[in-house]
Amino acid sequence: MKARAAITVAAAGLIFFAGYAALFIAPDEATMHEIQRVFYFHISLWTGMYTALGLAFVGNVAWLVTRQPKWDWLGVSAVEVGVVCCTGGLITGVLWGKPAWGIWWTWDARLTTCFILWLLYISYLILRGLIEEPPRRATLSAVFGIFAFLDAPLVYVSNRLWRTQHPAPVLFGGPDAGLDPRMVRVMLFCMVTVVIVTLIVLVDRYRLEGMRHELDELQLAAEAREFRLNSAPFKESL
Amino acid sequence: MTLARAAAIILTKELRLEFRARELLTITVVFALVIVVLFSFAFDPTAGESRRYGPGLLWIAFLFAGSLMLNPSFAREQSNQTLDALRMAPISPFAILAGKMLANLMFLGVAELILVPVFAVLYNISLAGIVGRLALVLLLGTVGLVVTGTVFSAVASHARMRELLLPLLLLPLLAPLLIAAVEATAALFAEQPSLDRAWLTLLAGFDIVFLTASWLLSDYLLEE
Repeated sequence: MKARAAITVAAAGLIFFAGYAALFIAPDEATMHEIQRVFYFHISLWTGMYTALGLAFVGNVAWLVTRQPKWDWLGVSAVEVGVVCCTGGLITGVLWGKPAWGIWWTWDARLTTCFILWLLYISYLILRGLIEEPPRRATLSAVFGIFAFLDAPLVYVSNRLWRTQHPAPVLFGGPDAGLDPRMVRVMLFCMVTVVIVTLIVLVDRYRLEGMRHELDELQLAAEAREFRLNSAPFKESL
Repeated sequence: MTLARAAAIILTKELRLEFRARELLTITVVFALVIVVLFSFAFDPTAGESRRYGPGLLWIAFLFAGSLMLNPSFAREQSNQTLDALRMAPISPFAILAGKMLANLMFLGVAELILVPVFAVLYNISLAGIVGRLALVLLLGTVGLVVTGTVFSAVASHARMRELLLPLLLLPLLAPLLIAAVEATAALFAEQPSLDRAWLTLLAGFDIVFLTASWLLSDYLLEE
């Protein structure tokens, strides 16, 4: 319990410092000025989302192969956390788009891909809510999760071919990408922080799913016991 | 029994079922026709406008019709637990899936065969000279739609509210297919019809990715 509290405090400290670094340490951007600072969290949220959805894919495949419930817990926890990161990424993107592009939204490859991913993983969560038996729910949602994950590159390529106006990646674009080293450091710090926080939330959500599972099992056991107790007199009377 | 033979038997069963009831095809064609007609009120169907919006409208009609039509594919096996009987047969689960995919491909293919000429007449689009190429685009697009749709029909058949769930699962996944199919069709409807190789490659890629995934996952999809 002490370790949990320590991790939470450390994560809160990290995220606080990341916010401070993004707002005050990172230098001013020449053309976009202050609004560019949303990037430090915008891009970090996408990193968090890809980490979470990658883990969800691992969970989905591992459940099908091993049938250990823990992989299903990982699947659903990671999708939920990924959807939260995706929502945050979309909202920060829309907020940035209006002043920078003059429009809230454009049907560019990256935007569309993330929006479609968001819809797909929301559908995944809805699907889970509509299937009753846990093993079947785990299997069918894993199949759907794998299909959704495979769809992501196809959505990206199709939109890329179609129309794109998103700024090209400058972060790992080589020495000529024109990024101030301080900006790179702040960006990397924010990315690492958001991924760490994502993972902490994910682990908590995973534990919660495990407890739910345990509760279900206990409830079933209690019902079975009650049934045995209630039916005992009948046996005696026979 | 080989996979092809087992799939052929499932296909025959599906076709016989449809031939006796004749419900699915009628509903699908009429539903798609309703969409095609309603769209004519959403924009002014002159020749130029039709060329711009026609391909999108045609594929939206197919996608909506398909996402409705594919639902009974597995849902109707639920009412008498006939899927359990199918699974007891000494054939691979993929044979069941493949047979159903082929049947759905035929149903949707027939629906498209009826709809495309009607669409061409209503929206004043000339099909002369592009029939063969259009058939190729329709085939590649429909295969992708049917493959993913049949798998999701099996997924949704175990859920509550499956009729609503299937379009919800299927339509976002089909976004890349819709873009590629619409663009390839638009290139054919243009003044100078051409076959766009990039979009055809993407359509074929979509088909191959999800056909392979269905083959790999069919054991899990149809297990007890």
